[in-house]
Amino acid sequence: MNSRSDFSRNLPGDPSALRAQTGRFRRWRLDPPLLLLLMCLAAFGLFILYSASGKDIDRVTRQLLYLAFAFFGLVVVAQFKVEILKVLAPIGYIGGIVLLLLVAFFGDDSKGAQRWLDVFGIIRFQPSELMKIVVPLTVAWYLSEQLLPPSMKTLMISFFIAISPSILIVLQPDLGTAILIAASGLFVLWLAGLGWGYILAAVLALLGAAWPIWHFLLHGYQRERIMTLFNPESDRLGAGWNIIQSKTAIGSGGWDGKGWLNGTQSQLDFLPESHTDFIIAVLAEELGFVGVFLLLLLYLLIIIRGAQISLAAKTTFASLVAGSITLTFFVYIVVNMGMVSGVLPVVGVPLPLVSYGGTSLVTMLASFGILMAISAESSRL
Amino acid sequence: MQNYAAVKDSDHEKRIFGRRITVSIAIVALIFLALAARYAELQLLNYQTFVTQSENNRVHVQAVAPNRGLIFDNNGRLLAANQPSYNLVVVKERVDNLEQVLLDLQQLFDIDAKSIAKFKHRLTRGTPYQAVPLKFKLTEDEISRFAVNRYRLAGIEIKAQLVRHYPQGEDFTHVLGYVGRINAADQAEISSLENIKSNYAATDYIGKLGIERFYESTLHGQVGFQQVETNAHGKVLRILGQTKPQPGVDLHLYLDADLQQRISTLMGDRRGSVVAIDPRTGGILAMVSTPSYDPNPFVTGISTINYAKLRDSIDLPLFNRSLQGQYPPGSTIKPIIGLAGLHYQMITADSTVPDPGWYQLPNDDRFYRDWKREGHGHKVNLHDSIAESCDVFFYDLAYRLGVDKIHEFSSLFGLGVRSGIDSTSERSGLLPSRQWKKAKKREPWFPGETLNIGIGQGYMLATPVQLAVATATIANRGYRPIPKLVKAFDDNPFNRNPFEKNSLAENDLENSVQHDDISNNRPIDSILHLSRDVSDAHWQQIIDGMEAVVHDPKKGTARAIRRGLNYRIAGKTGTAQVVGIAQGEEYDADALLERQRDHALFVGFAPIEQPKVAVAVIVENAGGGSTVAAPIARKVFDWVLESADEKNQMAAVSRY
Repeated sequence: MNSRSDFSRNLPGDPSALRAQTGRFRRWRLDPPLLLLLMCLAAFGLFILYSASGKDIDRVTRQLLYLAFAFFGLVVVAQFKVEILKVLAPIGYIGGIVLLLLVAFFGDDSKGAQRWLDVFGIIRFQPSELMKIVVPLTVAWYLSEQLLPPSMKTLMISFFIAISPSILIVLQPDLGTAILIAASGLFVLWLAGLGWGYILAAVLALLGAAWPIWHFLLHGYQRERIMTLFNPESDRLGAGWNIIQSKTAIGSGGWDGKGWLNGTQSQLDFLPESHTDFIIAVLAEELGFVGVFLLLLLYLLIIIRGAQISLAAKTTFASLVAGSITLTFFVYIVVNMGMVSGVLPVVGVPLPLVSYGGTSLVTMLASFGILMAISAESSRL
Repeated sequence: MQNYAAVKDSDHEKRIFGRRITVSIAIVALIFLALAARYAELQLLNYQTFVTQSENNRVHVQAVAPNRGLIFDNNGRLLAANQPSYNLVVVKERVDNLEQVLLDLQQLFDIDAKSIAKFKHRLTRGTPYQAVPLKFKLTEDEISRFAVNRYRLAGIEIKAQLVRHYPQGEDFTHVLGYVGRINAADQAEISSLENIKSNYAATDYIGKLGIERFYESTLHGQVGFQQVETNAHGKVLRILGQTKPQPGVDLHLYLDADLQQRISTLMGDRRGSVVAIDPRTGGILAMVSTPSYDPNPFVTGISTINYAKLRDSIDLPLFNRSLQGQYPPGSTIKPIIGLAGLHYQMITADSTVPDPGWYQLPNDDRFYRDWKREGHGHKVNLHDSIAESCDVFFYDLAYRLGVDKIHEFSSLFGLGVRSGIDSTSERSGLLPSRQWKKAKKREPWFPGETLNIGIGQGYMLATPVQLAVATATIANRGYRPIPKLVKAFDDNPFNRNPFEKNSLAENDLENSVQHDDISNNRPIDSILHLSRDVSDAHWQQIIDGMEAVVHDPKKGTARAIRRGLNYRIAGKTGTAQVVGIAQGEEYDADALLERQRDHALFVGFAPIEQPKVAVAVIVENAGGGSTVAAPIARKVFDWVLESADEKNQMAAVSRY
């Protein structure tokens, strides 16, 4: 079997030198195309962050440190054998559930939501971040031991594994994370060949559940966010403000934008959360549609690479995990870009690798570390 | 585990997985396309809408108030200035919770509920991002208190503003009037006038009274506009473009500030009015009404207690006696009645009447007494009647003239109509007539009432400025000047036509007289023209009589003031019985008695050959005109005529 990757095959130059280069990456169990794409994305993100933070070089430096730490984490995770990850998954899952319960009872109530666990006052830790990695691994671990396509019983158990943490997280309340975690588990089910009949039934059930969820599960501010999504003008200075300003920022960017550092909406503070969740609006305002398109292209390439890795994976477990990680990454992008442009409710999901913030960055790159590990153990790439 | 895996169909799983991944990628591609389409919709399709919206976000147009025109006296002394003052202002759009912030501010500063209510009213007329004043004239202490608490007061600022200041204080209040903050009534008036509404967009003050109100449109200036870039917190980052405000036009008065102040000092605690006018131009050289009040507290808002004190004072300091005080002219009317007698040939300079100290109408047993019990002799002529102020002579003359002729003739001197002075709240006095009595009292005219008019009593009332104008008309031998406070408008390049009829006050018919109507020297239905129709000899005979009032060492009622004169004064004393300008109040008995005493009057002009100044003096409840009023007039004449050089030197020093 050809040991050279698709990536290296496409590159010009001395094949032997490249092979040596690729070999070094192989030894570190890293996937060069994916790593390159992620680094491009991170660099692009820093560039936007400098403008979005109002030329705050301290903030950019801090993000750079987060990035360095997260990439280091990626390399560390990539060193784990996939089989080991499979064994660790259920343990991590049970540990995560326990931590979530602890948060529910003893969590640090910061910003009106209990998400953090203060460990001996030294480290503040969000168990939901752990769950982002562990849930797809656990569902995949369970499903890979069953006959596929899954039976009814298998389905029920997998569904239970996927949904339980989200229920605890939605109570914190953190709707965005809950949705992402549930999705990452359900993606495994979908990739494992969940029957179309079940999918249809699930969609219908979800629609049926919408009313009780709306009334009993969602908090007032979440309902308000969804309502203002449909009519932001109804509350121009309140909840509608964010969406009106972000749409204005995006729209006024036009084809090629107002130029880097020249966005009026972002530089004059009209855009809220401009360096975190709403950073895409800064990009859209200053770099225009061209910038948005480039970003989407970069994301698409990463997703395609993720799909390639999942297809090339040696075991079902690895395939399912790789596919789920890739699709979850995609969901981040859609939810964030959808909410900022006013087609989805504002649920507080960062734009992967571009939004400012260390926690989600570390988690995100850790899951890419798993993709690297899977990639390293597949021979076809 | 190994066993279990063996039964799994690995290839089948791979196939299912491959299909699902393919479908996933297709869905991903579709959704990415949809996302791209959404961004394209915003950025390409609706680009114009959002560009406009983002421009509207950052660019705001702010109105900039023009600096109000200054007011100077004839020697260039500043009477109405603009002084920087620090106000606490609120930008509503930048405040999170206005009610809460107002409560916080009330704890920090002394702001009562009334100011809050007024502030809220001001808010309603503000444009977006306009700084609306909440508290005016902050003290140093308040400014530092604000600085300490600034961090928790988003949207609250301290703004410097030019505020009207009257450096000369109370001596000029009744001339200048004052400006005050625009209140609900002013606002309604401004809003009703389309061309003025936008001009007041940034203005907080408006002329309320006097010159400040009459010349409001001239003094106000033209509003400017600034295009500014603001951030989301309403902070102005830079000015993108501007139309500078055009400052208001400066006014230069005829008024001599030194004279005005000197007269105020002379008047002291006495109540009354002194008006000095240049008969040649109508220029008001001094216009004093005492007591007065400091106008400065009225600018930023006088406290209710202090206002009540002024309003309820028995001395009526708020009352502008020069323009609003309607007094019986008393004997000061006699020269006009005498002239009428000569003109209508009822008497000649040689006609005499016997004066036993009383007068009686035929078929009437009522006695009309002379002020001098024993009378002025059995043969009194016009000259002596003026000099000695003989009442019987004028009872007889008035009776023979009749009310109609007296009314027609006296009206030519401006009695009974507003003088048309360029100020507000002028009253017209009262020149009674048959028609007037029929309309107002529903009674016919009685002959005895004509006698009272002959000595300036009865129904007849005149304001001090009317008396000054009438005296100036005699000085001019027929030419009646329109009294004017403003001499000139500063010829700055932005000067608009100050007589443009767009002024708030100048539109106000209640407060002003059409200049065209009164600049014609006679009523419409009159065929008589003073300077043309009244013979020089008659003028001379009257003026001779008035000269004797001062210069006749034996007979003149004002002979006491002739000492040391090196110019000639023509004058007339008067003593008016009080009909009460301040009645119906609760006074104690002593005060009542004091206030029932006669008013002292003096009118006159000098020098006789080339009159430069005409004066009317009224001192309330001071007794006889010769002892109290005439000496004040003498000092006015002295000041204007004798010390002109000295005055110029002093003025040059005291300027600014």
